[in-house]
Amino acid sequence: METRVDSVDGKTATDVPSEERSKYLRRLIVRGLEGGERGHIGSSMSLVEILQVLYDDVLRVRPDEPKWRERDRLILSKGHGCLALYALLADKGFIPLETLDGFCRRDSILGGHPEFQKVPGVEASTGALGHGLSYGVGMALAARIEKRDSRIVVVMGDGEINEGSVWEAAMCAGKHKLANLTAIIDYNKIQSAGFTRDIQDLEPLADKWSAFGFAVAEVDGHDVAALRDVFNLLPIQSDRPSAVICHTIKGKGLSFAENDPTWHHKSRISSESIAEMYEALE
Amino acid sequence: MRRTCIDKVHSLAKRDERVIFIGSDLSPGLLDDMKNEMPERHFMEGVQEANVIGMAAGLAMEGYVPYVNTIATFITRRCYEQVAVDLCLHDLPVRLIGNGGGAVYAPLGPTHLAIEDIAIMRALPNMTVMAVCDAEEMARFMDCSLDWPKPMYIRLAKGGDQIVSRSELGFSIGKAIPIREARSTAPVAFMSTGVMTTNCLAAADLLEKQGIDASVLHVHTIKPLDEDAVLQSAQGARLIVTVEEGIAIGGFGSAVTDLLTEKRVQPLPQIVRLAMPDAFPEKYGVQNDHFEICGLLPEQIAATVAEAVGASDLAS
Repeated sequence: METRVDSVDGKTATDVPSEERSKYLRRLIVRGLEGGERGHIGSSMSLVEILQVLYDDVLRVRPDEPKWRERDRLILSKGHGCLALYALLADKGFIPLETLDGFCRRDSILGGHPEFQKVPGVEASTGALGHGLSYGVGMALAARIEKRDSRIVVVMGDGEINEGSVWEAAMCAGKHKLANLTAIIDYNKIQSAGFTRDIQDLEPLADKWSAFGFAVAEVDGHDVAALRDVFNLLPIQSDRPSAVICHTIKGKGLSFAENDPTWHHKSRISSESIAEMYEALE
Repeated sequence: MRRTCIDKVHSLAKRDERVIFIGSDLSPGLLDDMKNEMPERHFMEGVQEANVIGMAAGLAMEGYVPYVNTIATFITRRCYEQVAVDLCLHDLPVRLIGNGGGAVYAPLGPTHLAIEDIAIMRALPNMTVMAVCDAEEMARFMDCSLDWPKPMYIRLAKGGDQIVSRSELGFSIGKAIPIREARSTAPVAFMSTGVMTTNCLAAADLLEKQGIDASVLHVHTIKPLDEDAVLQSAQGARLIVTVEEGIAIGGFGSAVTDLLTEKRVQPLPQIVRLAMPDAFPEKYGVQNDHFEICGLLPEQIAATVAEAVGASDLAS
């Protein structure tokens, strides 16, 4: 692990109980929502522990040298969940915490979807769904050509993997046996229009990834210890890419938003609503 | 032209380790020499254009210069969002080599005709759009392509195309070539791209026999457009004629007229735009059949111009 910024009461991330740290990161997400008065709430909240464990315990990155050649690459392919990524990047010191207050504002570097030219630590501009895994394939091939041991992690949404391009990329990653590539699916079971089982059922999801040449693990995406166990064992098999299906809850941490498709995205968020979110995260 | 282009990818790869070749589902044995020599930089990925573009983007993000090759219509239409977002938004030096631009694949029907490739590629911010006129010019262009910092679409012609380019005129991306100079102060000013330059040169010869003087500006780089060359060519022309193998909407002629109106050129010469109509072609046959259908053969171009000049003279 590289140097990280103190996050809660002057303690480093590893000193803070994981549950408390997750709440702190969720409060940073609310800070962004407050700044922009809008955002993909449910989609960001479900991602917190996944990104928390990756940045705290797994990824080799340098906030003071974001383009460090040997780094691991994380691509948030479900770009609409960017508030969770921004929270981690702010917490780690890639960007000042105050940047969150400008979310979606005219001159901010933090848009409603992340852009790599603007935000240190953002590896690729995402938002249009189904692009990230292909970037990951290219980056993993580059690392292989250079015999560089960078690991490439691509975080996707469940609605996102409706896209055919994801399965083109999966087939390609399987063909090249890219063991340095990991696909993570934030499987919160809800896409914009409703429950995934009703809109475009993904099951049997593990079998699909397996059939495309991935070694597959499934994990509770909010269980920090379990996530650590899985992520620290990557690659699951040394001769193929890994897929980690993280079972999550959309809107996790906000009891009134959990598992409610209407909390996918909100705009014109009132100060009262923000106060309720902070209260839920005390 | 295609063979020259693809072979050049190999020779560029020999001299620069950043060069990668990615094909979709191309001819068996294509670039096997390169594959044997540098297997880690030769990829044949199958029929998955969306992934191939994203994969090329990922490699380019790491500093590589991928040359991606498949049929023109599939490398433009099929994966348009990937080209827009992965390549143009990220502003990455990926080269898209499109086989069979325009009416080359006429016998295969409208699914394989890339008649709007110029228009849709030109519409994308950061994209460079190239249509050279013959194999020799392709060789000169490919040598320049390596260090061009932008995404680039390279339209290939049929192959075996008549050589009309001349090395002494040089080659620079973004710099149009006055390939035929006018002999008078108020000529017909042809502006053309791709193999239509060949037809314009032949049309200019035909017009000369009728006493009509014509210049030809060969615009191998449609975007960024060589504004100075276009404006200079337009200056004082009795008639501007844009000629392209593709639809008029948004195409090369559109780029020229956009510029002339944007710069408020006064007096604005009469303009004739020769292009393909706003329709999916209904006929098969060969490329030349479609040129004939669309009035793009040299003698048809000459006749259209002679008529326009005659009408213009009568009006004045």
